[in-house]
Amino acid sequence: MLADELDARWQDMSFIEAPAEDEYANWALGKGFVIGGVDIPKSLVPTVDGLFMQVTSAMHLQITGGSASVRATGVYGMRIAGAAARELLIKAAAAQWEVPESELTAKHSQIIHSRSGRQANFSQFAAAAAQFKPSRTPRLKSIEDFEIMGRSVARHDIPSKVDGTAVFGIDADVPDMKYAAIKGAPVFGAQALEFNANGADQATGVLQIVNLGEAVAVVADGYWNASQALKMIDITWSKTGSEGLDSEKLFAQFERDIQAAKRSGDATDDVSIGDVEAAFERADKVVEANYRVPFLAHACMEPMNATARVDDNKCEVWVGSQNPLGFKYEIAKALEMDASQVALHQHTMGGGFGRRATSDVAVQAARIAKVVGVPVKLIWSREEDIRHDVYRPAIASQFRAALSDQGDVMAWENMFHEKHEPDEAPKIPYDIASKSIQYIESLTHVPFGPWRSVDHSQHGFFTESFFDEVAHAVDKDPYELRRTLLSDKPRHLAVLDRAAEEAGWGEQLAAGRGRGISLQQSFGSIVAQVVDVSVNQGSVKVDRVVCVIDPGFAVSPDGVRAQMESGIIYGLSAALYGDINIVDGAVKQGNFHDYQVVRMHEAPVIETHIINSGAAWGGAGEPGTPGIAPALANAVYQATGTRVRQLPLSNYDFSYQFVEEEGVI
Amino acid sequence: MISLRVNGEEHQLDVEPSMPLLWAIREKLKLTGTKFGCGIAQCGACTVHLNGQPIRSCVTPVSAVMGGDITTIEGISSPDGLHSVQQAWIDEQVAQCGYCQSGQIMSAVALLRQTPNPSDEDIDKAMSGNICRCGMYGRIRSAIKNVGQGVVQTYDPQETAHG
Repeated sequence: MLADELDARWQDMSFIEAPAEDEYANWALGKGFVIGGVDIPKSLVPTVDGLFMQVTSAMHLQITGGSASVRATGVYGMRIAGAAARELLIKAAAAQWEVPESELTAKHSQIIHSRSGRQANFSQFAAAAAQFKPSRTPRLKSIEDFEIMGRSVARHDIPSKVDGTAVFGIDADVPDMKYAAIKGAPVFGAQALEFNANGADQATGVLQIVNLGEAVAVVADGYWNASQALKMIDITWSKTGSEGLDSEKLFAQFERDIQAAKRSGDATDDVSIGDVEAAFERADKVVEANYRVPFLAHACMEPMNATARVDDNKCEVWVGSQNPLGFKYEIAKALEMDASQVALHQHTMGGGFGRRATSDVAVQAARIAKVVGVPVKLIWSREEDIRHDVYRPAIASQFRAALSDQGDVMAWENMFHEKHEPDEAPKIPYDIASKSIQYIESLTHVPFGPWRSVDHSQHGFFTESFFDEVAHAVDKDPYELRRTLLSDKPRHLAVLDRAAEEAGWGEQLAAGRGRGISLQQSFGSIVAQVVDVSVNQGSVKVDRVVCVIDPGFAVSPDGVRAQMESGIIYGLSAALYGDINIVDGAVKQGNFHDYQVVRMHEAPVIETHIINSGAAWGGAGEPGTPGIAPALANAVYQATGTRVRQLPLSNYDFSYQFVEEEGVI
Repeated sequence: MISLRVNGEEHQLDVEPSMPLLWAIREKLKLTGTKFGCGIAQCGACTVHLNGQPIRSCVTPVSAVMGGDITTIEGISSPDGLHSVQQAWIDEQVAQCGYCQSGQIMSAVALLRQTPNPSDEDIDKAMSGNICRCGMYGRIRSAIKNVGQGVVQTYDPQETAHG
């Protein structure tokens, strides 16, 4: 986006990670957080809005998240920076060549003066251009003038990722560094009261055992020796009162709290349209269903890690972070330093998915390095990574729909617990006369954080599955019923129609096979998915996923396709297997054998189609994820008659088939 | 002392015989292209070759590979350029975060050496031990097939100096 507005050649570009400095706070994303899903008035774009810039700086947000790299950082940052830099180069060239700026153009990393036939590389004018003040409202290109945006150019980071030279956080190499392995409190919130080293402090290569309170770490000459010594230590943890909790008790709490709120009326309105109660009184038929999804870990390929060096008045940290500036301030706070004393070296991340927006491991590394007085690379084992995540919250959501004998959907009622981001996640696009969407609080001791697509990951499954139930209850085709309730939403309709067409919706399928559809708007893009599934003797195999996305404009079509493939596989892992169980207050799962993810032999064919509708540019990193679980569950219903209201699917027994329709009163 | 031959070079390392090869490669030899992912041979991020066969270095003690030829991701390209599998990975724009790709490529190189034109079933069998959380399985499959079908030039790793 920057290169195109700069009129640079793509092969001349290189990239570096933005430093963790206040100037790099991404105010546009902060703006989205502060004012929610409100569209920014066109008149304000692309001016820099001082108020929100201040707010974001104050929050120290420098976040890669919210599918914001194109729609926020790109639109409000990169394009403007590129265009402003081009203007400066032209200004510098005009001064040097003594010609009017209006006679100069930029193309392929060169400034050109057609009248005299002169041309020279950008680099020749760079020093002079840097003396001028850049415009905050440079002239941006029209779509028809784009040379790079809208085309799939080769990514510059990929060569270093095929030959092992990419330097991830875990690859940081600091002179004289030692290595730490760590064990955190199994029950969240517990503290290490004391420990018995059992000789761990004398074990091969061990330097020191460090009690951080919430965790105990062993520092040694290598990670293997540190991790072996850690296993020898017996730690006595404090009691928090959560030791007796498990997932079933937590779900019972959620559902009890929802029922209590239904009786007392003590819930917060998210959407309130029409007279829902009256609609249910008039209804010929009511369909209701209760849904649940479990806690989920992120399970990034690169386990959490950070390297730190702390001297008397200075701290350096090497880490892959989704919020480098936020990390810097939190490390400073933990060490009682000023942020100016902390230098953060940002690395390539081996997956983030929201997990690397939380600074816990970087703060731990800095605290350990401060205690031992030498640079320390802290690496979490996979078990530590799975058991000390900030989890996608487990959520219960309850629905009712009022239906008429004519097949009209008269009212939609939904109550769930815990609302986070984004605001619109539980809100359905369908034109239903009466809607009541409400939420309550029902907190747990389990730490939570953003997980790819955040609240959309739960509500996409809930709302698009229940809509399918509604369609079957009124004996309508789920695709056709969606169509009739989207007449005022042409973008949604176009995406849905294209998905149905590409997938061959309506074809007869063989026994044991099913086809399901979903539609979800998230992070500025609209996505429809059609899933083909085969259920046979207990195995649920996803054969094919057709995905249609309208991101407004696909800046990198291949990048959008890659993100759809990625988001779908990530969501499919969760739908098929993802299940973090709380047992005795702690997470039971620990590694990929009991927290399974989709592998090569289970990966479906994914066909992505892009619609450039010309609407405001949306994101791609997350919008692929929400729609896969409901489309799959809806396909499974068609194949088996079993309505999947709780994930993951691996908890269902498909070795036999249900045929009765459930939940219809 | 433990003797290791990695990418054609001999090394004498003062490490415990039980130390997994992964940590010797990463921390002692500073070859960080080979990745830690799970520590229990479940994810494939640590895949290297022992005498041309893929092994999970996170569960292989250094004492078990003495005398063998170990090849890591740093050792598969030739002085003339990238291995055909690496080139195929770039052509298909496979990597997203890229963390698992060293292991994926090492598994793919071993597969193609054994089965120069693998079927979907061959690919499923050889590659299902390598997890990609970015979900780039379709692209990995395409890249392997491109090499197998000669769209990208293949070569035998044993013919190179880094065998």
